[in-house]
Amino acid sequence: MRNLLRQIWNTKGLARWILLTGTIITVVFVVFALFAPWIAPFDFNQTRDASGVKFEKLGSPGAGHLLGTNDQFFDIFSRVIWGARTALEVVLLSVILSVAIGVPLGLVSGFLGGWVDRVLVFVMDAIYTVPYLLLAIIFAFMLNDKLGSGIVAAALSLVAIYIPQYFRVVRNTTVSAREATYVEAARAIGAKPTTIMRKYLFGNVVQSVPVIGTLNAADAVGTLAALGFLGLGIQPNEASEWGYDLSRALDDAQAGVWWPALWPGLAIILLITALTLVGEGLNETLNPALRRRRLRKVQFTDRVRTSDTEEVAPR
Amino acid sequence: MSSGSGSLSRYIAIRILLVVPMMWVLLTLVFFLLRVAPGDPVSAAFGGKLSEEALDVRRHNLGIDRPLIVQYLEYLGQVARFDFGKTISDNRPVLDLVRDNGGATLTLTIGAFVFAVIVGIPLGRLAGRYRDSWGDIFIRLFGVLTYAAPIFWVGIMLVLLVVKLFPGWPTSGIASPITVFTVQPKTHVLLLDAIFSGDGTAISDVLKHHVLPCFTLGLLLSGVIIRLVRVNVIQAMKGDYVEAARARGIAERHVVRRHAFRNALVAVVTVIGLQVAATLAGAILTERTFNWPGLGTQLVKYILARDYIAVQGLVTFFALIVVLTSVFIDVINGLIDPRVRY
Repeated sequence: MRNLLRQIWNTKGLARWILLTGTIITVVFVVFALFAPWIAPFDFNQTRDASGVKFEKLGSPGAGHLLGTNDQFFDIFSRVIWGARTALEVVLLSVILSVAIGVPLGLVSGFLGGWVDRVLVFVMDAIYTVPYLLLAIIFAFMLNDKLGSGIVAAALSLVAIYIPQYFRVVRNTTVSAREATYVEAARAIGAKPTTIMRKYLFGNVVQSVPVIGTLNAADAVGTLAALGFLGLGIQPNEASEWGYDLSRALDDAQAGVWWPALWPGLAIILLITALTLVGEGLNETLNPALRRRRLRKVQFTDRVRTSDTEEVAPR
Repeated sequence: MSSGSGSLSRYIAIRILLVVPMMWVLLTLVFFLLRVAPGDPVSAAFGGKLSEEALDVRRHNLGIDRPLIVQYLEYLGQVARFDFGKTISDNRPVLDLVRDNGGATLTLTIGAFVFAVIVGIPLGRLAGRYRDSWGDIFIRLFGVLTYAAPIFWVGIMLVLLVVKLFPGWPTSGIASPITVFTVQPKTHVLLLDAIFSGDGTAISDVLKHHVLPCFTLGLLLSGVIIRLVRVNVIQAMKGDYVEAARARGIAERHVVRRHAFRNALVAVVTVIGLQVAATLAGAILTERTFNWPGLGTQLVKYILARDYIAVQGLVTFFALIVVLTSVFIDVINGLIDPRVRY
């Protein structure tokens, strides 16, 4: 951990700015999420003010309601703030779970090899070919029936689409690390397979996980919103969710009413951009391949640019 | 890679053979995800609306009171015969849905693809050639934005813009009701039907309805294409053959066009093919945004009706399309890429 912080501290130039900007915006959203009850003037499902008077339907932005109200009488500013809490809860849960499942699976599969490895690789590749949104839709559809339409169901639907990514990366690094001399040495002194995996391989193969994690987090924000937009996400009485609010804003947009749609969308874009920036910044900071090249001044911009563009490209 | 033509046909054969196990894994995944979990499709679709006996009758008619393994084998058999089952809620064959609504999805995605290629390739080439210029930065920013902005939000914003600036321009649906009513359905693709009918107003009406959804979906795709073309042009420009071409005194624009760009395109074709999955996902969201009567809208409709068989059938169909196109692209790529051919 200290090593990580030192590396971040040592960054220079573009990578530093990318990391800094991304982190600041992300922190703002985290503050929104943590202190939503104090920042938001109303509850996310509140339709009447303290004296029991119902809010105006589709009230325009202005006094009383900073960003206006939507067609369900909700205060849009409050929904946007509370939405940050929902988004971060879902994203955190889904990223942690997919790391917790994908990394050990990749490690074991890569270390053991043989038919276990082949079967797992094949299944993961098959999952990988399905459009990620479609996969999330199937999971959300199934989980909504079993678990209701809350944060847990939404997070679990996202977990399925990210596991293969961790699996692939960790497995491939493990396969190449398995033959390294230090692993052979460990085997020679009689280390058990579990010890080799835990003590020798784990630390070497998790290097890329923070980067994938943040990029997945960015992706998860968008996918969560997409699920909500399709009516498969979190219902409005459970929590405030930006994608759901956007689906409600569809008809208003046809009528030319702009405020219910604008703000939740901007929030999504900002959070996705911020998380992507953090991921890119981390990539340039932590990736040993990129780091080494930084020493060679001439090659620096070329290499970094090229690989960063490849990293962002969605599949 | 110095391999004979024998390895090319072997490569293609293996790639095609691999479709079978891949589809099998996908089908198994879809089937068991949707069906193994407790609770059954009939009570999910009709629960509370029908009596217990009526539910039992429906379960029996659908054959879902039989052991799961029998149903699973039957499902595999059906898919092998391109039969995707019948919906529970309104008893329509899923294949009918594909026939009636697939056309709308097809014209939407093709329109979007054409737009994305027309916009994306030149912009990506410009950004790659004049890299790190202001133009490059601006084009890349556009690429990042199309990635970060949810497509449905972009769609809503465009609707708002059009409603304000061009009142009367269609922002919802695939055609005016009158057009749908007058055009003779022959091909199940409304645009083709309109063209065959020869009715000028009908054609322009359908085309007008296509503009906004195709533009929206096209924006999303063009962002991806820009990034790809840019990276590949930059990589190609670093190649020795580009240096060699320059050394022979060939003008820079010819170097870019004939030497760098053409080589860059080979890689781009592969990755564009992989975008079919992203396009389908984008199409589902675009259809919902513009109330577009395509397969995505049908999927959402049956999801909300909690119709397991319909969802299973549609998802299977989508998966089939994605797997088949990815194979198709691999084969095409094997054929056009000189490094494989020679």
